[in-house]
Amino acid sequence: MSGPVTILIDGVEVSARPGQTILDAADEAGIYIPRLCHLPGLAPFGSCRVCTVTANGRPCASCTTPVTPGMIVENDTERLREMRRQIVEMLFSEGNHFCMFCEKSGNCELQAMAYRLGIPASRYPGIWPVRDVDSTHPDILIDRNRCILCGRCVRASRDVDGKQVFGFVGRGHGKRIAVLGDARLRDSGVDVTDAAIDVCPVGAILRKGTAFRVPIGQRRFDKEPIGADIEARKEKP
Amino acid sequence: MSETLESTVRRICRSHGGDPTRLMDIARDVQDRFGCVAPAAMDLISRITGAPRVEVESLVSFYSFLSRSPKGQVVIRLCDDIIDRMHGYHRVARAFSEELGIGLGETTADGKISLERTACIGLSDQAPAALVNEVPVTELSTDRAREIVAGLREHMDPRRLVTRSGDGQNAHPLVRAMVRNNLRQVGPLVFSEQVRGKAISNALAMSPAEVIRAVKNARLRGRGGAGFPAGMKWEYARASTGERKFVIGNADEGEPGTFKDRVLLTELPDRVFAGMTIAGYAIGAKEGILYLRGEYAYLRPYLEAVLAQRRSDGLLGPKVAGKNPFAFDIRIQMGAGAYVCGEESALLESCEGRRGDPRNRPPFPAQKGYLGGPTVVNNVETLCCVTKILEAGPAEFAQHGSTGSTGTKLLSVSGDCRLPGIYEVPFGTPLAEVLRLAQGEDAFAVQVGGPSGQLVSRTEFTRTIDYENLATGGSIMVFGPGRNLLEIVHAFLEFFADESCGYCTPCRAGTAFLLRMVERIAAGRGEPADLARMEELGLTMKAASRCGLGQTAANPVLTSLVNFRPVYDALVKEDPEGFRRSFELDKAVMEAELLSGRRSKHAGIEKGGHR
Repeated sequence: MSGPVTILIDGVEVSARPGQTILDAADEAGIYIPRLCHLPGLAPFGSCRVCTVTANGRPCASCTTPVTPGMIVENDTERLREMRRQIVEMLFSEGNHFCMFCEKSGNCELQAMAYRLGIPASRYPGIWPVRDVDSTHPDILIDRNRCILCGRCVRASRDVDGKQVFGFVGRGHGKRIAVLGDARLRDSGVDVTDAAIDVCPVGAILRKGTAFRVPIGQRRFDKEPIGADIEARKEKP
Repeated sequence: MSETLESTVRRICRSHGGDPTRLMDIARDVQDRFGCVAPAAMDLISRITGAPRVEVESLVSFYSFLSRSPKGQVVIRLCDDIIDRMHGYHRVARAFSEELGIGLGETTADGKISLERTACIGLSDQAPAALVNEVPVTELSTDRAREIVAGLREHMDPRRLVTRSGDGQNAHPLVRAMVRNNLRQVGPLVFSEQVRGKAISNALAMSPAEVIRAVKNARLRGRGGAGFPAGMKWEYARASTGERKFVIGNADEGEPGTFKDRVLLTELPDRVFAGMTIAGYAIGAKEGILYLRGEYAYLRPYLEAVLAQRRSDGLLGPKVAGKNPFAFDIRIQMGAGAYVCGEESALLESCEGRRGDPRNRPPFPAQKGYLGGPTVVNNVETLCCVTKILEAGPAEFAQHGSTGSTGTKLLSVSGDCRLPGIYEVPFGTPLAEVLRLAQGEDAFAVQVGGPSGQLVSRTEFTRTIDYENLATGGSIMVFGPGRNLLEIVHAFLEFFADESCGYCTPCRAGTAFLLRMVERIAAGRGEPADLARMEELGLTMKAASRCGLGQTAANPVLTSLVNFRPVYDALVKEDPEGFRRSFELDKAVMEAELLSGRRSKHAGIEKGGHR
C-alpha cells in the first residue's frame, strides 16, 4: 500500500491511511461521527447505521466504508442529523426502554446518543415486544428488552474471549440474542470477566450487584456528552 | 430413539463431508428426515462439524423451511401473497383449516399434517397455489383443498396429489408437476431455438478476454433487478487474484410475482448451465453452484439429470470439450425459504452454511466471494442471455431492445388479467403494450418489479420497461378496478417485515413501523401528519439500510404515496375535537385491567365520554 490519502470531512482535510475506514480516520482527527454498534477493538459490523454519512454523495456506514483518495464526506449536516435521530428513535420504539428505571442510565450509549442528537421522545409507534430476561447466572444478567442488536457481545465473545457464547437467532423484528443456542446464561460458560460482558452499550447485559454504585453526577455521560472524548483529540489551532 | 438420532445425524453430516460450510444441506437433510432440527440434533451437528452451537441455532432459526420444533410428516405451505389473496387465498386457507381441524401454523394432533403460510412460491400465474412438502399444487379451490386433505389422510403421499402433469418439461418423469409454463410470448433471444453446445464451442474458440469483450459488446446488464453490467462484473472477477474462483447461478427468485426463472429452469436448463460454464471459462473458475430456492426443490432431480447428461456429453467435467479445453463442474445448492438470499452477498453466506445476512461491501463478491474466492453471481436469465450472446454474437443480441437496455426481458405477469404468464418482450416496450398482450387493460394500478419496485397508476402506463424507466426483475402484478390500494401496500409491507434479516436498524425496525402505520391508516385511525412521517421514514430506510432489501422495502409506501395520494388523503383526517385518532384508550388500559383484574373506570369511553 502507498502513503496516506487525504479526504474531506465537512470541508476539513483529514489524513487517512489507505484501507482505513472513514470512521477511524475521523476519530483520529478528532471528528466525532455518532455510532452505537462500532467499538474500537472489535470488527466493524455496520448494523446500527447511526454512523451513516455520505461519501462522494452516496450514503454509507462510515464504520465499514474504507476511504478513497479525495473522498468527500458529509457528516454533520442537518439531513444526516435528522436521519440519525430517526434511527435512534427507531431503536427506542422497537424495544422496551425505560431510562428512568434503568441502572445503565447515565452510562448508556443509547440514552447519551438521544441527548446528544436532541431527541425529546420517539415519534414512532411503540411496539412493546415481549422479550426474555435471563438472570440464571450468579453474576450476569441479560435483559433482551433493552437490547439494540448491535452485536458487540457476539463479536467480543467470538473474537476476544474465543468462546462464541452469544449469537443472533431469528430474523426481522423477531431477531434476538441467543446464548449458546438455547442455553441459559448459567450453563453457557460465560464469565463475569469476559470482554463480552463489558461491551454492551445499553442495559442489556449487566453485572449483578453493581447497580447505582456510581452516584448521579459522576456517571460516564453526566459531565460530557457522548463523543466528547473523541472531539478532545482535535488539535487545537 | 436417541441412538437413531445420533447415528442418522452422523450419517447425514458424513455425507456432506462433516463440513461446517455445508450446514444448509445438513440441516435440510435432518429436517427432511425428522420433521425438525431439534435442539438435540443441533447439539450433534455442532459436535460433529465443529460449527459453534449458536451458529447452528442461528441458521435453523433463520430459514422458514427449517424448524426446531416438530412439523407434520406432510407440511402444506399455502402461498400467501397479494395475488393469491386476490384469487381466493382466504377461502382456500379456511377450507384447509376446517378440513384439518387446525389453524395456520399448527399441526394435526396425530402429528401427520402441518398447515402454514409462506411467501410467494413462484406460481402467481396459477394462484392460489401451495407446496405440499416439495410438490406444488396449483389453482386451488375450496373443493380441491378438501380433496387434497382427504387424499393425504388416505395415502400421505404428496406426489399422488398430482392428477395431471403440466405442459413442456413439467411432464418430464423427473418433474411430473401439475405446474403449467404459461409461456405466452416467445421472443427472439432467450426462448429462441437453441443449438446445444454451440455457445460453449464458440466461447472456447476465443480467449477468455474475448468472451468478456463479447458480453460487454452486447451491453448485457443483470436481469435480476439491479442491472449491473455483466461483462464488467466478469472483468473484475477475472482480474481478482484467488486460487479458487466461482460462478454462482442465482435461482433464488423470491420477489413476489416473479416466476420466470421457474420456467427457464424447466425449459432451458441447458442454456442456464451453458451460461455458467462460459462465465467459468471467462473468469478462470472451475467450480459453479446453482443456488436453487427451496420452493423449487421439485425441479432438483430433473436439474441433476440435466447436469449428469452434460457431464457425459463433455459439456461439463474435468475436460469441457473445445478448442481450449478446461475443467468446470456445477453443483446445486438448495435454499430453504428466505427472500433476502436472492441478494448476492446473502446468497454467499447461505452457500457457506450460515444465516442469510448480507455482507458489508467492499469487498465485493467479484473480489472476495464464496469461501473467500473471487465469485461471479449471475441471475438465471442473465446466464441464458450469455449463452445466446455466445451462440449468435453480440451484434445480434444488441440489435434488440434499446440503446441503454439491450436484448429482451422476461416478464412474469399475474393478477387481474386474462392471460397471466411469461412474456419475452424487447426492452423499451411500453407497459400499456404488456397489459394489452396479457389482456389486463382495465387495470387501475400495476406493481412493476414486485414489492421492491413501484406501484404505478394509469397515467404512467405509457412508460417503457427498461433500465432507464421502469426497471424490473420481471414481476408485473396487475390490479383491476375495485382492488383496495391499502390492502396491496399492506401485503407488501408484511412481506418485507417477514423477510428482513434484522441486521440493520432502518430495515428491521422501519418495516415494522411502516406496517403499523399503514394498518392504522387502513383502520381509519390515521392523521394527516402520518403521511409525512411515513415518507420521512421511508426515505431514511432507503438511504441508511445496509442492503437492497432494506433500501427498497419502503417502496410500496413511497411510490403509492406519490402515485395514489388521493386514496391516502381520503383516509386520514384530523379529529374535529382535537383527539389523537391514533390513540386507542381501551387498548392502552387493557393490560392494566388484566393485571388488576377489574375494568378501568375509563374503559369503553371513546372520545368525549361516548361509549
